[in-house]
Amino acid sequence: MYTQALNVKDEGPALVDAERDAAFQARIDRDEKIEPNDWMPEKYRRTLVRQISQHAHSEIVGMLPEGNWITRAPSLKRKAALLAKVQDEGGHGLYLYSAAETLGTSREELNDQLLTGKAKYSSIFNYPTLTWADIGMVGWLVDGAAIMNQIPLCRTSYGPYARAMIRICKEESFHQRQGYEIVMTLARGNADQKAMAQDALNRWWWPALMMFGPPDAESLHTDQNMAWRIKRFSNDDLRQKFVDATVPQGHHIGLEFPDKDLKFNEATGHWEFGAIDWSEFKRVLAGEGPCNRQRLAQRNKAHDEGAWVREAALAHAEKRAARRMMQAAE
Amino acid sequence: MRASKDAIAPCSSERDGSKTLTETPLFLVTLRLADDALILGHRLSEWCGHAPVLEEELALANLGLDLIGQARSLYTHAGAIEGAGRDEDGLAYLRRENEYRNVLLVEQPNGDFAATMVRQLIYSAFMHPFHRAMASSKDATLAGIAAKAEKEMAYHVRHSAEWVIRLGDGTEESHRRAQDALDALWPYAGELFEVDAPMRAAIEAGLVPDPESLRATFDATMTEALAEATLTLPKLGSFQTGGRAGRHTEHMGFLLAQLQYMQRTYPNAAW
Repeated sequence: MYTQALNVKDEGPALVDAERDAAFQARIDRDEKIEPNDWMPEKYRRTLVRQISQHAHSEIVGMLPEGNWITRAPSLKRKAALLAKVQDEGGHGLYLYSAAETLGTSREELNDQLLTGKAKYSSIFNYPTLTWADIGMVGWLVDGAAIMNQIPLCRTSYGPYARAMIRICKEESFHQRQGYEIVMTLARGNADQKAMAQDALNRWWWPALMMFGPPDAESLHTDQNMAWRIKRFSNDDLRQKFVDATVPQGHHIGLEFPDKDLKFNEATGHWEFGAIDWSEFKRVLAGEGPCNRQRLAQRNKAHDEGAWVREAALAHAEKRAARRMMQAAE
Repeated sequence: MRASKDAIAPCSSERDGSKTLTETPLFLVTLRLADDALILGHRLSEWCGHAPVLEEELALANLGLDLIGQARSLYTHAGAIEGAGRDEDGLAYLRRENEYRNVLLVEQPNGDFAATMVRQLIYSAFMHPFHRAMASSKDATLAGIAAKAEKEMAYHVRHSAEWVIRLGDGTEESHRRAQDALDALWPYAGELFEVDAPMRAAIEAGLVPDPESLRATFDATMTEALAEATLTLPKLGSFQTGGRAGRHTEHMGFLLAQLQYMQRTYPNAAW
């Protein structure tokens, strides 16, 4: 998911105030929204900042593999749609950072955590986009996986996050359909295009399944986050939901999934899939995926090269303010 | 896109910048406007993931999307005027370098953020009044495209002028960079006003405005922004020119190599 760091144990101090905690939990149980100025347990605040900022970072880093193809998009319609889509991701990043700021952590701080590698973003964006078909796969599979988790988050307990998620989900659903349409066009195209689509599916399928995070048996902190309604379904449940929704879509356009164990279980009504290579997932999370270094380097380069622009904007604003003061004094 | 090169031979056979019979003034001025918008939109889209702040990431994409949208309408119109079966992609992707008719200004590399904003200011300070005037073109389609584009270009002027002012009147470094950008790009401003024979014919037919009639507005926009930015226009003996006739700068080939990559690698495919 875009917020895989939730699977990492929170080692921070947890000041416990049993009475207030109970009252807080009761509000959540009544399905009330928690708002920025409300009291909340420190751990709830920390977990949310981590989750929201990780989601924001994923949107920002996610712009890179897709942005990679804007200048090479094969038609004007695709070029405009891709540019608009990547712009949407930037917009999501912007209002997620704003949602995180309502919890008392500044955007500069969060950005700094991303640039220094302290904060995580979704593992999926450490894979390269090698062909035009990858752009279709990112929409169909990556955005498709993301919305599985994000639609329930529209009802998450923290108000600003839930509200941001409503708009994000609308746009992501559109992106998912757009991605599928790109893949469908290729799958129904000439032999080169079909091969391009199949090759991209082969490369993206397993990493997409890893987006949901480790199996439930190994996932830390799930119970508390479920109780706080920060997380609403388990990793494995969401993964299964995604597989059930996606496999028939792939078969419909004549693509094969790179999993010899994939089969439909009539009794359960679910698609069963083969074992995920969790060692690959761990490598990518540890910074050794195909593009971890490049993604972070590119974010840092943009930030460093933009420093003089940000300084100039600040300096100019100060000059203007000073001039206004002078005029007012005259 | 799907039309083969043979089917469009009358137009693509033009290798030396001379006009062929199929290039009516209306076709040519429409194509030039489309090329300007596409190439600048493409340049702006190159910023994706590299902008100095997130807000500007979104703004640059907005500017690029406006221009690519204008290009699409203009190419579709040009294809209909030509009547040779070329759609927007056939025109945008499958011509040779010397068949692109954009001004040299728009193909100049993004450079730093100052160069991108100065380029945008020069272009939009001209195109905003151009579209405002073209909204009353005798060609109804051009008039319709211009009416929409005018509103977009007003925003482009405002956004780029604000940044040129911030950078010019910001820090010592930003001032130097903004002045360097102006010195490097101003030589390409003159081409916007160029009028050759087909353009003259289009002006006289009431299809497009005479650039000369826009000069006062252009000068006023530039003078006002540059004064506040504390920047000065370089003294020039002459301007760089050639794009309208298909003679480009060295940068254009690299841009087209990326733009056309998929269409050239997989000919005759639908995307």
